[in-house]
Amino acid sequence: MHSFTKDQSPWIPNGKEGVMSLLRPLLLDVVPTIQQTAALALGRLANYNGDLAEAVVKGDILPQLVYSLAEQNRFYKKAAAFVLRAVGKHSPQLAQAIVDCGALDTLVICLEDFDPGVKEAAAWALGYIARHNAELSQAVVDAGAVPLLVLCIQEPEIALKRIAASALSDISKHSPELAQTVVDVGAIAHLAQMILNPDSKLKRQVLSALSQIAKHSVDLAEMVVEAEIFPVVLTCLKDKDDYVKKNASTLIREIAKHTPELSQLIVNTGGVAAVTDCIGSCKGNIRLPGIMMLGYVAAHSENLAMAVIVSKAVPQLSVCLSEEPEDHIKAAAAWALGQIGRHTPEHARAVAVTNTLPVLLSLYMSTESSEDLQTKSKKAIKSILQKCTYLPALEPFLYDAPPNILKHVVGQFSKVLPYDSKARRLFVTSGGLKKVQEIKAGPGSLLQEYINSINSCYPEEIVRYYSPGYSDALLQRVDSYQPLAN
Amino acid sequence: MATLARLQARSTFLVHQYYFRNSAVDVFRKKEYDAAVKIQSWFRGCQIRAYLRYLHRVATVIQKCWRGYLGRQHYQLIVKLEFCTMKMNLYNAMAVRIQKRWRGYRIRKYCFNYFYLKEYLKAVSETNDAIREALEEFAEMKEREEKKADLEREEKKRDYQARKMHYLLSTKQIPGIYNSPFRKDPDPWELRLQKAKPLISQRPKVKQKRDVNISNQLACTSARSLPQSEILPPIDRKQCQGPFRDITEVLEQRYKPLEPTLWMAEPINELKMAREELRKQEWMRNINDNMFLPFSSYHKNKKYIPLMHSSSKYGPNSYGSQHFRDENPKKWICDKDFQTVLPSFDLFSKYGKLYSKAGQII
Repeated sequence: MHSFTKDQSPWIPNGKEGVMSLLRPLLLDVVPTIQQTAALALGRLANYNGDLAEAVVKGDILPQLVYSLAEQNRFYKKAAAFVLRAVGKHSPQLAQAIVDCGALDTLVICLEDFDPGVKEAAAWALGYIARHNAELSQAVVDAGAVPLLVLCIQEPEIALKRIAASALSDISKHSPELAQTVVDVGAIAHLAQMILNPDSKLKRQVLSALSQIAKHSVDLAEMVVEAEIFPVVLTCLKDKDDYVKKNASTLIREIAKHTPELSQLIVNTGGVAAVTDCIGSCKGNIRLPGIMMLGYVAAHSENLAMAVIVSKAVPQLSVCLSEEPEDHIKAAAAWALGQIGRHTPEHARAVAVTNTLPVLLSLYMSTESSEDLQTKSKKAIKSILQKCTYLPALEPFLYDAPPNILKHVVGQFSKVLPYDSKARRLFVTSGGLKKVQEIKAGPGSLLQEYINSINSCYPEEIVRYYSPGYSDALLQRVDSYQPLAN
Repeated sequence: MATLARLQARSTFLVHQYYFRNSAVDVFRKKEYDAAVKIQSWFRGCQIRAYLRYLHRVATVIQKCWRGYLGRQHYQLIVKLEFCTMKMNLYNAMAVRIQKRWRGYRIRKYCFNYFYLKEYLKAVSETNDAIREALEEFAEMKEREEKKADLEREEKKRDYQARKMHYLLSTKQIPGIYNSPFRKDPDPWELRLQKAKPLISQRPKVKQKRDVNISNQLACTSARSLPQSEILPPIDRKQCQGPFRDITEVLEQRYKPLEPTLWMAEPINELKMAREELRKQEWMRNINDNMFLPFSSYHKNKKYIPLMHSSSKYGPNSYGSQHFRDENPKKWICDKDFQTVLPSFDLFSKYGKLYSKAGQII
C-alpha cells in the first residue's frame, strides 16, 4: 500500500481528506520503511499544492512528524524534513503553523546530524520557512540555526553548501539585525571563499547571500568588502550562467550604492569596465542590476561620473536604452544616463555625443511608455540639458521638443551663443535662427527673454530676414512700390 | 605927493576893500573853517587808518604765525596718518598677492587637482583595460577547459563503445565491417577496436545486508578458488602415487564451509536484541502505553522516600565492578562504555571436526 501511495501521489490532487486519513496511521506503523514512504508521500502531496499542504496541517500530522523526527533514522528524518519544507513553502501562515508546532528545534537538531542528506533537507526546510517574512526569520534565528548553517556551508558536499547558502540568503534579506546576526557568526569569510568554486548554482546562492547582507547598511557593506571579494567577484561577471552574472552585478550594485568611498573602491579595481562588458553580453532582466550600478556610481560625485564615462559605459547604456523592449529596463537606463550627464558640461557633452538625447525625447513623448519611464526620461533630459553646451546635439530639440523642454534648450543657446562666433554662424546656416524666430512666446516670459538675448547676438537685418512672413512683407513692398515715372 | 594922492584915492577903495575883505573873510570864514575841519578830519582819519592798518598788519602777522604753527602741527599729524595708511595699504596689497598665490596653489593642489584628476582617469582606464584583458583570458581559459572536458568525454564514450564492440574486430581470414577490402586504409574505428580491451559485463554488486550472515563465508577466500557448489568427482583421475589422502576427502576438508563456534554464531548482544524484539511486539499490541496502576494506589501519589542508608551518594564505587575505564575522561578513546562480555569456553566446539578420531565411540 505504501509503494502504491508513493507512486500515485503526484497524480492525486483531489480526495485529499481521504488521503490524509489514510496516510496518518501509516506514519505510526512499526515497519520503518512504511513510515518513511508514508512521510515521502505526504511530502509530495504537500509539495504539489497549497491546499494539500493546508490539509496536512489541519490533519494534525505535523506534531507527530516533529515528535518522531527526533528519534528515527536518517531516511525518516529526510522524508519528514521534506514534508516540512513542502508545507512551509506555500505561504507565511503555513510556515507559522510549522513554527507553532515546535518544528524549528527539531530541524535545528537535524542540522547537527552526521548524514549530509539529513542536513540538506533540514537546511532546505529552514530556508523556505525563513523566506516569507522577518518574524519567521527571527524565529529561525532564535532557534539557533545560523551557526549550524555556517558549519553546513563548510561541508564538502556541494548540494549541502548550496542549500545552506540559500538559507542564509533568505534569513538575512529581511532586516539589518538579521543580517548582522548572520555576519556575527562569521559567515562572510566562508561565503567569500566559495565565490571561487566552479559550481555555478553554488555561486548563484553565495552571491545572492552576500548581496542580501550588503544591502542593508554601510557597515555591513564594508564588512563584505573587507572579505576581499574584489577583484575575484569580477570573474563571476564573465561566467557562462546568466544568473551568476545577475547576482554578481546585484552584489556590486548593493555595495556601490551606499557611499562615494565604496564606489571609488569599485572603480579603482576596474569594476565599472567589468560591469559594462557584462551588460553588453546579456539581455533583458539580467542587465538591470548592472545598469543600476552604473547609475549609482555616477550619482555620487562628478569625478566618479567622469570615471564611468572614461570606462566607455555611455555608448553601452544608450544601446540598452534603444534596444531593450521592456519599459522598466529602459527607465533604469534613462535614469543612469541622467545621473551621468547632470554634473558639468563635459559630462553632458559626453552623453549628448552618443545621440541619446533624441531617443530620450521620443521615449518621453511616446504615449506607449509607462508613467515611470516618462518621468525618468523627462528628468534625465532636463538635467542633461541644463548643463549641455554641445550645440549640434541641441539643435534637433528646437524642432520637436514640447514647450517645457524647449525653454531649457533655448536657454542653453542663449548662454552659449554670445561668446562663440563659429557657433553663431553655424546656428544661422543650419536654420536654427529661423526656427527660433518662429517660436511663439508670451511677452515677459523666460522664453521670450532667451529669444531676445539670442536675437541681440545678431545684426538687425539678419533677424528681420529670418523672421516669419518676411518674404511676404517684401513682396507686399514690391506690390506697393511705384517706380518713379521717368 | 603923488603917492599920497594915490593913497587917498585908494583909501575909499581901501575901506571898501577892508570892509569887503573883512566881510569876505567872514563869508568865507565858515567855508574855510569847514574846509579846515574837513582837511583835518581827513588827515586825522588817514592817520588813524594808517595806525589801524599798522595794527591790522601786526595782528595779521601774529595770527599768521600762530595759525602757521597750528597748521604745521596738524599737517604733521596728517602726514603721519597718511604714511601709516600708505604702509598698511602696501602691506595689504602684498598680503593679497601672497594669499592669491597660496589660495590658487591650495585649490589646484589639494581641492581640485586637475592634473591629478587626469592622471586618475588615465589610471582608471588603464585598470579597466587590464581587467578586461584578464577577464577575457579567464573566459577563454574556461572555454578551453570546457572544450577539453567535452573532448575527453567524447573520447571516453568512444572508447567504451569500442570496448563493447570488440567482437567486430577483423581477423586474418575475415575482414571486419570496418576493414572493408575495397578501402585503401582501414576505418579509424578498426584501429580503435584493435587498441581496445574487451569489456566484461560486471554483475551488479550485491548490497551487504544489515545482519551479516557469516555462514556464507568460505574458509578459503582466494578469487580463483572453485565455486561454492557441490564438489564434482574428478573424471578419470588416477590415484597419485604416494601417501596422499583420497582427493574427495581433501577437497571436502579444503572447501568445508565455516562452522563457527557457538560464541560466534550468535550476535553478542543477542539477549538485548531479543528484549527489544519483545518490547516492540508488546508496543504494537498495546492499546494504552501508560502503566495501569491498581485502584488502591490511585490516590497514593506521594513519592517513595527511600532509606537514608541506601540512598546516600557516597555509596559503593562502581569503578572496579561495573566499569573498568580510566577515571580521567580525557583518556577515553570513545564515549560509550565498553560492553562487558563474558568469554565462553569452547570445550565442545571442536568435537568431531578434527582429523583425529580420538574420543569417538567405536
